[in-house]
Amino acid sequence: MAKATHSIDEQLAELQEETGEQHLAVTFTLNAVTQTVVLPSRTLASDAIRHHLRQTGTHVGCEHGVCGACTVLLDGKPVRSCLVLAASLEGREVTTVEGLVEPDGTLHPVQQAFIDCHGLQCGFCTPGFVTTIAAFLEENDSPTREEATDAIAGNLCRCTGYQNIRAAVLRAAEIKRERSGEFPLGEDDESSRASLDPKVRGTTNPVGGRAGRA
Amino acid sequence: MKPSPLTYHRPRSIDEACQILADVAHEGKVLAGGQSLIPLLSMRLAAPAHLVDIGSIPRLDAVSSSRELGVTFDALTTHSVLEADRGAAQVQPLIGRGLRLVAHPTIRNRGTTVGSIVHADPSAEMPAVLALLGGSVTVRSVRGVREIRSTDLFAGPLETTLEADEIATSVTVPAADPGVGTAIDEIARRHGDYALVGVAAQVRVEGGAVAEARMTYVSAGELGEVVDYTDVLRGASATDDRDPLWRNLSEFARERIDTEPDIHATARYRSQLVAALTARVGFAAAQDAVLDGAAVHASAGGR
Ligand SMILES: Cc1cc2nc3c(=O)[nH]c(=O)nc-3n(C[C@H](O)[C@H](O)[C@H](O)COP(=O)(O)OP(=O)(O)OC[C@H]3O[C@@H](n4cnc5c(N)ncnc54)[C@H](O)[C@@H]3O)c2cc1C
Ligand code: FES
Ligand code: FES
Repeated sequence: MAKATHSIDEQLAELQEETGEQHLAVTFTLNAVTQTVVLPSRTLASDAIRHHLRQTGTHVGCEHGVCGACTVLLDGKPVRSCLVLAASLEGREVTTVEGLVEPDGTLHPVQQAFIDCHGLQCGFCTPGFVTTIAAFLEENDSPTREEATDAIAGNLCRCTGYQNIRAAVLRAAEIKRERSGEFPLGEDDESSRASLDPKVRGTTNPVGGRAGRA
Repeated sequence: MKPSPLTYHRPRSIDEACQILADVAHEGKVLAGGQSLIPLLSMRLAAPAHLVDIGSIPRLDAVSSSRELGVTFDALTTHSVLEADRGAAQVQPLIGRGLRLVAHPTIRNRGTTVGSIVHADPSAEMPAVLALLGGSVTVRSVRGVREIRSTDLFAGPLETTLEADEIATSVTVPAADPGVGTAIDEIARRHGDYALVGVAAQVRVEGGAVAEARMTYVSAGELGEVVDYTDVLRGASATDDRDPLWRNLSEFARERIDTEPDIHATARYRSQLVAALTARVGFAAAQDAVLDGAAVHASAGGR
């Protein structure tokens, strides 16, 4: 065990001695908290996030960039965390699915929309979809159905089929616009105002779902 | 599915990066966006002892474009940044057209175009685009700077003429010539996946008929080979794809281009795609040349 009085460099040298491989101290911001992790230099960002920092919302499916389950936001842009070395995160900012929730616990529009539209079954693929769609909506907050389809084309889901996930993209865009103060049905409309209330918003209907309002 | 132990380097300048590569001799590998290299490391198809991450070298992500000099993009320019670059799109539209077929946006956010070119994957779009357009790669090492012309770059699948200690710092592609149209298209199992077959074409049109036609292939034929179809296609109508010369071209391409089977498609199916796509993309390039001419005339008339 390294003693607390040792400098980081001494600790890294000791680790190298013990394990026979290079270790690094990597400092980066994960979900708004800046932290330093010590890990073998070959560690993938996905493993650093899940195993070293215990943010297990980021899932690992294929580990070669195909499934999208491990998608996180790196400086705001979606990337596959299984295709990034943890060492390359130095000084950067990472947001995982956990980091999309607002400090008061309000779900991100995309998270809410997945509930509203039944966009998940086992949920394995969900974090990757949520981060990908969240970033997509930052660039385009009123996508067409085709654009919504395109936005999720890089992620694989083995359970649900993509209809509900696509509906969630459109629903999330709607929630996002509502929260930013737009009233899709006019300012006086009860459901428009209700949609701004997080408690009520949780029970609104999916896009293309049953008739009737919250 | 984890990389084997390695020593990671994060140089802060290109000189420092070159020095590290020189010091570790053949044991080193450059890491750019990692979108091809990391899967290779994870699957242990590659196990370099040293990884030189060029990702935090400043001022290595510029794109510049002009009619005279063409488009130049640096080693850290990502596919998505280059794809969105307006100047590049104006000066050489085939770059953006090709990039839209490369992987999914999430991969394009990190993968670099220079990395894709020097990775030399026969199923990647941008090596085919570079081969078709010509141009060059600028590489650097402790021994100095040199240019490798696109015709001398590709040595085989996943193999280039870069030395082990050389870093590609930028790629330059010439501007589009007036009267010359380009197009690229592919068939993939899912949009964004690697192409079963892709074709890029450059066609010069004179007086409404094809005067020159060259094409390159993705996932078919030889990496980096530019096929000249001028003899087959000279005189073909640039506005009517029922011209029999276009059908001739299909048959000719099917004979001319070798295809290989893999788990996604048989060689025969790929051959059919080659035949269909060669004519389709060739005609699209001819139309592009005509439209290009029309646009020039329209803007000249407007003034
Ligand atoms: C799921 C998935 C789908 C994909 N689909 C496609 C697709 O459809 N079409 C396509 O073309 N590509 C596709 N790609 C690949 C992606 O476009 C390339 O991986 C990427 O462009 C390569 O660039 P990079 O910066 O990631 O290179 P890296 O992965 O970092 O490096 C690749 C290789 O090039 C070398 N290298 C990189 N930069 C330099 C440099 N500046 N100097 C010297 N050597 C260098 C590295 O040493 C390594 O050998 C896909 C990737 C994934 C994960
Ligand atoms: S685990 Fe990263 S893309 Fe599948
Ligand atoms: S919900 Fe199970 S993989 Fe998508």
